[in-house]
Amino acid sequence: MKHEFFEKNSILLLVGILVMVSIGGLVQIAPLFWVDSTIEKVKGMRPYTPLEQAGRDIYVREGCYNCHSQMVRTLRDEVERYGHYSLAAESMYDHPFQWGSKRTGPDLARIGGKYSDQWQREHLINPRSVVPESIMPGYPWLAKKLEASDIVDKMKTLKLVGVPYSEEMIEKAKADLAAQVQSEGRAVRDLLKRYPKAKVGKFDGKADAEPTELDALIAYLQMLGTLVDFATFDASGPNLR
Amino acid sequence: MTTNREIDAVTGVETTGHVWDGIKELNKPLPRWWLLTFYATIVWAIGYWVVYPAFPTLTSYTKGIWNYSQRETVAKDVSAARSAQSGYRDKLAATPLDDVKKDPDLLRFAVAGGGAAFQTNCAPCHGRGAQGFAGYPNLNDDDWLWGGTLADIEKTLQVGIRSDHKDARATQMPKYGLEKLLDESQISDAAEFVLKLSGQKFDAAAADRGAKTFTEQCAACHGPAGKGMQEQGAPNLTDGIWLYGGSKAAIVESIRTGRGGVMPAWGGRLDPVTLKSLAVYVHSLGGGK
Repeated sequence: MKHEFFEKNSILLLVGILVMVSIGGLVQIAPLFWVDSTIEKVKGMRPYTPLEQAGRDIYVREGCYNCHSQMVRTLRDEVERYGHYSLAAESMYDHPFQWGSKRTGPDLARIGGKYSDQWQREHLINPRSVVPESIMPGYPWLAKKLEASDIVDKMKTLKLVGVPYSEEMIEKAKADLAAQVQSEGRAVRDLLKRYPKAKVGKFDGKADAEPTELDALIAYLQMLGTLVDFATFDASGPNLR
Repeated sequence: MTTNREIDAVTGVETTGHVWDGIKELNKPLPRWWLLTFYATIVWAIGYWVVYPAFPTLTSYTKGIWNYSQRETVAKDVSAARSAQSGYRDKLAATPLDDVKKDPDLLRFAVAGGGAAFQTNCAPCHGRGAQGFAGYPNLNDDDWLWGGTLADIEKTLQVGIRSDHKDARATQMPKYGLEKLLDESQISDAAEFVLKLSGQKFDAAAADRGAKTFTEQCAACHGPAGKGMQEQGAPNLTDGIWLYGGSKAAIVESIRTGRGGVMPAWGGRLDPVTLKSLAVYVHSLGGGK
């Protein structure tokens, strides 16, 4: 009715737009920072090990998220196929998170432990060798040595945005990275103390000590969705939504 | 604005006052149906705020008068589906594995449910038709590594093979080559002997040398005649069915690395009735003992 007033004063129009958009943004975003029930209180969540984090970066680099989501939705068919629906707490250390509903391939939120390391390895290198009808591309170049000289910086950066890496975790990052592809020894025990439930071993099936990109990616895949102790998760009260 | 109102002489409609190259814009109202739809969406939105969770508050959020919860809904959906099958599920849970096939209805239920679970959980390794791949056993034949009775299959499903389950079927063939337990010529000779056992072409002199190695190293698990031993998960080497291939090169590789495929434990991941259905399904594929 009186929009002529705004239409003829572009600065006022701009301010008006800013006010409107801010209300929308504030209502949706701001409460997430103070409402207690935004992120469930769960047992078992921990930051990624250095090797898992490196694997996660490969996951993002190779664009796995273009076809695979990591979010089991609260729908019966999804819960029956993939397992317990995803919790916000399960991706609280993810930067960026991998939620979504674009599923050219299956959801991977609970892929951890579902198949053997050997299967993951063969499937990543040539999916058709184990799933003839698969349309996933092969990733044979992942067999190369993992370049992780920047892992300490990455962890420091993640700490800045709220991932609770301790000083000790950052200090021992390189040792932990190497330890996760050993199967036993002191370094492995230390790693497991810092990062409970981490999977260790020769993920790429090679005896050499240097982690490869395959090691990192499979270490990441094999822990997805395995951290939260669902026996102690209470889906009622503030967690009901 | 009110000062320069102008009625277009041709149409009798008020103009907006905008003029482009002498062309004036008529101030036509929005169509009534459009406007009403627009108002209806506003009313709908207000209704939505009242009924569903909508606005954040200082400590929580408005729950809406319907108390709608996605998490509660999915729990209800799942339990409704479970109780729709409860007659069969309870019966299956209560029936001993070997008696399932005596009840045709129950058998049909178990095979259908097991088949569905197989496609989402097992098919990636064992194949859609359970035909297997190199390193992942064919489940249609009657050659079983760890036993092919219903109870054996259910146990394997539950604890897995070389999985991280504490009761996993865990025996591991030694890595004769990688751990330098045998030298390359001994491995080659032993492989020739295995070729002989399995009725393939072999080098007689090498096989004779390999026989000794076989007796000393392999017979404890695979048996003196190479017939295998299911308690150890040691395959029968004489039946021409190979998990990793029966060529000389494949056999040498098996002796060198010890192979040792892994099957995850499904005990914690799938519920007991689904595991039972899976055991019945796999058993029914044709190779069940």
